[in-house]
Amino acid sequence: MLDQAFVLLKHWLLGYTPGVIQPAISILLTIVPILLIFPVLFAVTTVLERKGLGRIQNRYGPNRVGFYGILQPMADALKSLTKEDIVPTSADHTIHFLAPLVLLAVAFLPYAVLPMGRNMIAANLDAGVLFFFAIGAISELSVFMAGWSSRNKYSLLGAMRAVAQMISYEVPLLLSSIAVIMAAGSLSTVEIVAKQAGFWGIFPRWYVLTPWGFAGFILFMIAATAETNRSPFDLPEGESEIIAGYYIEYSGFKFALFFLGEYLGMFAISGLGITLFLGGWSAPLPFLTWVPSWIWFFAKLLGLIIGFIWVRGTLPRLRMDQLMNFAWKFMLPMALVVVVSAGAWRFLGQGVMRWLVSMGFILVAYVLLARGVESRNKIAKRAYRFAE
Amino acid sequence: MRAEEMLGGGIVKGLAETARNFLGSFVDKERLVTVQYPEERLPVAEAARNFPFLIYDGTDPEQGLRCVACQICEKECPPRCITIEKSKDKKPDFVGKQQFYPAVFDIDVSVCMSCQICVEVCPFDAIRMDNNFELSTTDRFGGLLWTKEKLAMPNEHYLAIHPTEAAEVEARRAEERAQAEAKKQPAVTE
Repeated sequence: MLDQAFVLLKHWLLGYTPGVIQPAISILLTIVPILLIFPVLFAVTTVLERKGLGRIQNRYGPNRVGFYGILQPMADALKSLTKEDIVPTSADHTIHFLAPLVLLAVAFLPYAVLPMGRNMIAANLDAGVLFFFAIGAISELSVFMAGWSSRNKYSLLGAMRAVAQMISYEVPLLLSSIAVIMAAGSLSTVEIVAKQAGFWGIFPRWYVLTPWGFAGFILFMIAATAETNRSPFDLPEGESEIIAGYYIEYSGFKFALFFLGEYLGMFAISGLGITLFLGGWSAPLPFLTWVPSWIWFFAKLLGLIIGFIWVRGTLPRLRMDQLMNFAWKFMLPMALVVVVSAGAWRFLGQGVMRWLVSMGFILVAYVLLARGVESRNKIAKRAYRFAE
Repeated sequence: MRAEEMLGGGIVKGLAETARNFLGSFVDKERLVTVQYPEERLPVAEAARNFPFLIYDGTDPEQGLRCVACQICEKECPPRCITIEKSKDKKPDFVGKQQFYPAVFDIDVSVCMSCQICVEVCPFDAIRMDNNFELSTTDRFGGLLWTKEKLAMPNEHYLAIHPTEAAEVEARRAEERAQAEAKKQPAVTE
């Protein structure tokens, strides 16, 4: 009952609307909650992130506005709304204006194919995963629009870095999802979640609990971090090198929109990670299935957000060559091995054999690739030579 | 090969370290070194200085002001933030000698660079550095131009904020006053 509360509420509300406008109202009732919930989640995340990072650095974090600083996002929103909107004279005004809007629109679209609970999906597309990645690729365009139209060297550098990084990491991101698509035999997100429902004994049938799924999940999350320009892959906006990267010339609410778009992208890609590897809205243990499905989805989402914050608080920013080496020399071969391993898993039947073969592929590849990465980056004490 | 030597081992170690810091900050109050400023504050160091003030002796800021409007500080001030206008009449100083006094003594807080040169050149120990750092104001013109009335502070304030330095000044002034008294004394007895 509670599980389907929102679905039933929507049908109940639709019952009171005349037949002619019913489709329009139905669309509205699906979209408006998405447009409300995720920006609210963004506000919660900013304060969680700042407090979490503060605690990691043995500080308090924001604690002035409201009770324990929980109203900080409101203060931030007011501040960015009241700030002056500055557009450089030599900027391309139209594109400069459009870039944050494109980013925001693109950031909202992928939510259409994320199942956030049982029967809770905006558009059940047959090629949902494909739609997700197709839309995700447009965010690169908006980033480059912002960088190019600002007419600033730093923002152009940032945009170029962003595009290079996003295209490089799109490859392992897609390959690790292909493993899941192969195992599930479907591109539909609803279908993929349905395949992961049910249990092996007390363990859920999530793909993350298989050897290839675990490796795929790690690769997916690393690529997702790079894809959303989050630390340690935040080179496009590296504050210490290129000030703020592609949004250096954005102020006030346009800057806030970029921020919002970036976090929405992070939530969306986390949602896809949950759908592909963590069983979507399904419960982790058989005796917990009475908890509403949407609670599980958002609990998992919060868990991944905390993971993102934790990683941000731990790792320093990568260098550009390290970033590229990691993408092409480690992530890509590893993702290909994951695909092969998932294939072995698919065709070796239900036995111990498929566990061993699948795990063997992953481990051998990991050890060999790790040795390759390590041997290239021998860190030695720098020898200084001075003129005699 | 040890576990932490594997690729990714260092990341796990780093994640453990940040987790330890995160959880530790909730348990161990010693870790949180931040001073919550407006409510809590650290004691100000004795040598701390921020902005000059004028010293007066006794209770009346107008009568007891040590400044004799010699205008040395005005001339020495590198950013030229001091404005002094000399008085027409004279009044007795601490040894009883007739001296001028400043009719106007203004310092522009927004211009002052806290260099303490005015303090070093003052032959009358009339100007000293205060340690008050909360000088913000909502009026950026009048509020930042401090007049004689606002600058004048009793000698007790100086003794309180810079005790060591003030004690030396007090001793020297006492000596000067004693010498002046000694000079005056024979004249009376003759």
